[in-house]
Amino acid sequence: MSAATPSLQSVAFSEATLARFAREVAKYPDDQKQSAVMACLSIVQQEQGWVSPAAEQGVADILGMPVMAVHEVTTFYNMYNQQPVGRFKLNVCTNLPCALRDGEHALQHLERRLGIQKGQTTADGLFTLQQSECLGACADSPVLLVNDRHMCSFMSPDKLDQLIDGLRAATKEEA
Amino acid sequence: MNVNQVLEQFQSRGIETCFHGRHISPQMVVGLDGSNWGLADYEARGGYAALRQILGLDGGEAMTPEAVIAHVKESALRGRGGAGFPTGLKWSFMPRQFPGQKYLVCNSDEGEPGTCKDRELLMHNPHLVIEGMAIAAYAMGTSVGYNYIHGEIFQVYERFEAALEQARAAGYLGERILGTDFSFQLHAHHGFGAYICGEETALLESLEGKKGQPRFKPPFPASFGLYGKPTTINNTETFAAVPWLIRNGGKAYLDCGRPNNGGTKIFSVSGDVERPGNYEVPMCTSFCTLLELAGGVRKGRKLKAVIPGGSSSPALPADLILSCTMDYDSISKAGSMLGSGAVIVLDDSRCMVKALKRLSYFYMHESCGQCTPCREGTGWLWRIVDRIERGQGRPEDLALLDNVAENIMGRTICALGDAAAMPVRGMIKHFRHEFEHYIEHKTGMVAASV
Repeated sequence: MSAATPSLQSVAFSEATLARFAREVAKYPDDQKQSAVMACLSIVQQEQGWVSPAAEQGVADILGMPVMAVHEVTTFYNMYNQQPVGRFKLNVCTNLPCALRDGEHALQHLERRLGIQKGQTTADGLFTLQQSECLGACADSPVLLVNDRHMCSFMSPDKLDQLIDGLRAATKEEA
Repeated sequence: MNVNQVLEQFQSRGIETCFHGRHISPQMVVGLDGSNWGLADYEARGGYAALRQILGLDGGEAMTPEAVIAHVKESALRGRGGAGFPTGLKWSFMPRQFPGQKYLVCNSDEGEPGTCKDRELLMHNPHLVIEGMAIAAYAMGTSVGYNYIHGEIFQVYERFEAALEQARAAGYLGERILGTDFSFQLHAHHGFGAYICGEETALLESLEGKKGQPRFKPPFPASFGLYGKPTTINNTETFAAVPWLIRNGGKAYLDCGRPNNGGTKIFSVSGDVERPGNYEVPMCTSFCTLLELAGGVRKGRKLKAVIPGGSSSPALPADLILSCTMDYDSISKAGSMLGSGAVIVLDDSRCMVKALKRLSYFYMHESCGQCTPCREGTGWLWRIVDRIERGQGRPEDLALLDNVAENIMGRTICALGDAAAMPVRGMIKHFRHEFEHYIEHKTGMVAASV
């Protein structure tokens, strides 16, 4: 075994991404840049779809922290994607308050509709379906979160269908 | 439609859950309609008048920090995040003469299942929280604050950031606020999916950019908090209560409720009711009144049980909760906790074994893994309830559940272990017959998915 572990090639972030990082870093004392790690990783995930080891290295370099400390954050918090996911990650809450109001049914409806099981991604790479814990919108159930940032409330079967159809159509339009 | 337009159609507007007009004497949600969250509307509702008042900018004398804390003490405001600790007392723990930096932190990591009130306060009335924090910062001599917002409510985080920009531009935040000697910088920080970060020392670790694992206490945050500096952490709703009590006086706030239980409280009512939502009512309002506001039990069914203060509080059977008033003392006397005020209602079609299985899975999933009794014990609890629910329960399982719960409680660094154990013990105490029936007959007393 060699004495030094070869360091991973880090991602070179764009100027725009670096500006977003800088805005987060500025919130904390000069000697506490590490506080921005969660925000930087979520920016990476928004732009790249997941947090790759190379991106962890890039964030570590910028914040001046060991890459392992960045990896600890990625692996501790539920919402970071440690592997690539579909274009739309759907997290359906099935915790008790939601389970009392069709949260489980919403998840099952999406499984049937997308032809996949929870935890899987559709063959076209468009949708990843996940069961999730409390999203903090219990009075809106059934609720689901799309790509970490968009909460969808009162998701009856009809609305779930509209959501899937709408996202498919919007994606086609882009192409 | 593009992707954002598609998603926007399904965004909550707060109409069903907040702007329903079924609050009683509201202070925090009064006059809100979803569009009037901005600074000008907040000022038109009397916003920032309390901050002006304590700074001596409304024609009167400036209030001393001690006088502000005295009002908060007199009001009997207690922490709205779950523990119910007296807020004025907490504020007085901050070392007054500490020479270095001190911090103020708002805990908006609202993840206790059933709780969804802070989300609506921050979305629809963010300046109320900013003003409450500015007053707290003045009272404790703190110049920097952070609001840690639950990662799953990202739109709320973006809304709060927008409100911060408005407040800075108007001179309510920043250097020399409104021309006085008082300075306070406030920033928003988001989580990214970890229930444990609602625990205040886990939140501090997370704010420092680490895994959210709770710290051993003591030292308490008031002496060793964020970056090792004295820090006060309060819940969002606690800060939101402050401007009203300063404008009207601690006594007036206390008089909204009863001794030791001052003010109003927002209850998040979820589960088997006709109108799930947030209801702001005076403390000590009867449970029956709250249930009526939420439209009663769904489909005219009979009430079976209520989890009165978030999923960590023991469930109470209908006959007990129906005679309770919604305050710390009454719910505690009945054997549970007011907690965060998240009221989860279960009707008579529900299976308590299945309900407990779902909750136990959650605590196993969210245990941070630091303390063995919690890391291993929450898994044990789930596996035992799971096998009962799959028809493989054994007669000795109820005693085993109680034993595992007993071995978690009081043996962990933070309260998550207790939070996992308490619902188990509450369920077995009040609904033992359902568990015994399930073990004996390998199926529930009621055929239900939950």
